[in-house]
Amino acid sequence: MAVDVRDTARAPETPFWLDARYRAIMFQVILLVLVVGFAGYIFYNTYQNLQRRGIASGFDFLGSTAGFDIIMHLVPYAASESFGRALLVGLLNTLAVAAIGIVLATILGFVVGVARLSRNWLISRIASIYIEVIRNIPLLLQIIFWYQVLGKSTPGPRQSIDIGGLFFINNRGLYMPAPVTEPGFWLTPVAFAAGVVATIVMHRWARARQMATGQQFPVLWTALGLIFGLPILVLLVTGMPFHWDYPKLQGFNFSGGMVLIPEFISLTFALVIYTGAFIGENVRAGIMAVNHGQTEASYALGLRPGPTLRLVVIPQAMRVIIPPLTSQYLNLTKNSSLATAIGYPDLVAVFAGTVLNQTGQAVECIAITMGVYLFLSLTTSVFMNWFNRRVALKER
Amino acid sequence: MTTATETHQQKADLPPPAATVGIVGWLRENLFGSVPSTILTLLAAYILYLVVPPLVSWSIINATWTGADSNACKLADGARKDGACWIYIQAWIGGYMYGLYPYDLRWRIDIAAVLAVVMFAPLAIKRLPYKDLYGIAVILLYPVVAYFMFKGFIDFAPGAPGSTDHPWRVVQTDKWGGLALTLLIASVGIIASLPLGVLLALGRRSTMPIVSTFSVLFIELWRGVPLITVLFMSSVMLPLFLPEGVNFDKLLRALIGVTLFSAAYMAEVIRGGLQAIPKGQYEAAMALGLNYPRMMALIVLPQALRYVIPNIVNTFIGLFKDTTLVAIIGMFDLLGAIQLGNADPKWLGFSIEGYAFAAVLYFVFCYGMSRYSQHLERKLHTGHKKR
Repeated sequence: MAVDVRDTARAPETPFWLDARYRAIMFQVILLVLVVGFAGYIFYNTYQNLQRRGIASGFDFLGSTAGFDIIMHLVPYAASESFGRALLVGLLNTLAVAAIGIVLATILGFVVGVARLSRNWLISRIASIYIEVIRNIPLLLQIIFWYQVLGKSTPGPRQSIDIGGLFFINNRGLYMPAPVTEPGFWLTPVAFAAGVVATIVMHRWARARQMATGQQFPVLWTALGLIFGLPILVLLVTGMPFHWDYPKLQGFNFSGGMVLIPEFISLTFALVIYTGAFIGENVRAGIMAVNHGQTEASYALGLRPGPTLRLVVIPQAMRVIIPPLTSQYLNLTKNSSLATAIGYPDLVAVFAGTVLNQTGQAVECIAITMGVYLFLSLTTSVFMNWFNRRVALKER
Repeated sequence: MTTATETHQQKADLPPPAATVGIVGWLRENLFGSVPSTILTLLAAYILYLVVPPLVSWSIINATWTGADSNACKLADGARKDGACWIYIQAWIGGYMYGLYPYDLRWRIDIAAVLAVVMFAPLAIKRLPYKDLYGIAVILLYPVVAYFMFKGFIDFAPGAPGSTDHPWRVVQTDKWGGLALTLLIASVGIIASLPLGVLLALGRRSTMPIVSTFSVLFIELWRGVPLITVLFMSSVMLPLFLPEGVNFDKLLRALIGVTLFSAAYMAEVIRGGLQAIPKGQYEAAMALGLNYPRMMALIVLPQALRYVIPNIVNTFIGLFKDTTLVAIIGMFDLLGAIQLGNADPKWLGFSIEGYAFAAVLYFVFCYGMSRYSQHLERKLHTGHKKR
């Protein structure tokens, strides 16, 4: 009877400590014990230190009175509100800078990226000098620099630069009229939302129809009409239920209207200039990654340069551009924390700065701040990964 | 009358149209090729006209280059002149380089800088025997040397003889500053984060679930938060983590924060290198019977690290720029020293000059390094790229 060679070849004498699987489990158990032990050690030390210094712990402080003012708040806020409210104000200020910065930096980045590839020598040279200079100077220095320049080049409130009696520029910021809503205004945002929904539905219908029949539908003009025309129409029909609150010089300062504080302007400006340079490089790399044969093939099919760019080059370039673009968006959001240096009340300045100093609860404040940024980063990257999958090459 | 022997003579070529060659041709080709291009050129030229002449007149023509004190930069009535005041930079250049470091001991930092050049210069030689060993030795040895040059040897009690004038007296880290501190933080950050980054990158690619989970968590945690929160954490939370009586000084706390932060970025850079190594290299190593540590140390990592050297240089540039953030937590790096100078009562009102100088200095460093990394990329990326 044949003996199964494999059975005898299998070495039963292999000791368990040389078995790769056993080693892997052992190694991981040791690592887990070390990490948990280290965490426990830190936790114990922190607990002891807090006890000894008489610092309270827990998140109860979020409900107690803040007692400090914040120079810019997008939601109503006063010194008598809670620390939790201050957290919200700081977070909204961070989000405001990040959102505006991302939109403007994307526009600037695409313009610069295309300009750098321009056949116009002067334009491409200016674009590349801009990119090289801005990318190689620390952002913090740029933020402080623009803040100083803005502070030195603007006059005091009484000598404000007056633009048509509506806009005033001085060293306290840019003052502009603010719309004040009256009853009945709520219909307009509803109409705007309805317009957006209708546009999405219309876009799907138009695409399905073009696929089925080949007939095109003027999507762009209809969309503009739905998104902007409809709210304006509703506004007119309801009888313009809002009025403008104009800024007026009273004593030494302006009152009324809206104000963009200089900290906000210089921070956003510096972030846009800085991130725009990086996005410009990503855009250039993306466009260059599209094979020139694609453009030629498109011309051979009879497409004009505009549709070639829009239908052939850009969709392919976007696949290369989006992943680095995502990380630039995240960088911009994280870099907005440099606001602390010029006193713009963002999340870090308000919460890891003022609130931490007032309460002394370092662990909670830093943990919340980091947690918020982590949440923002993760949600942004989840969204951008989803978007990236949508535009990614579908290989068949 | 023509003869039979007359042959056709080719006339000399006409010159190309004047508008397509020479300066005119270049201009037409590159600046005025079409109507939109012409408009863009004129617009760009106008913007340059708005920006460049004032900049040149501020920084060079109207600038004050010589003088004893800030009065040289001011008009008779005390208002400052239109141009830049470069004598402020001349007066503070020492402060920018060394921060608050004692004036009579600055030579120690100079020696540390010279030693850096002397010790690292042989690595530029192409065929140096034992180059790898020498490189490792220098990287391990130099920080020790530099530490003692910065810190000094002899710790005098306050008021003891020699405590203020001995050439090797101890200088506490809160006095370190200027460009020297910037370079120190960036170099320590990058060198210390390298081994940590290698471990994290290997951990992230590991098949062991707990190891890879911890690595991913660590990397994503640090990459998801801004450096300034990490620095705040290291300055206010780190003391709470330690048992009573143990205390780190401020610089060491900042260095720990910077190192952990850059290790996460370094891990991702190295992971890119590990992924670029073809699977055949791993398989060949395994076929030779190498176990995991040997496979990584002898076959994979040497190739992967060489592959990502340009990216490591780029990470270093990023870290070099990011060190400015320590100015926010009250340390006097280059930016902190500039702000120190701007607050000097003798030189009030010249902060723009200070920041402009800092910008030029940072630009020279970062641009130089980025050109170097591009050069390395061309030189090193010969192996696995599209063969």
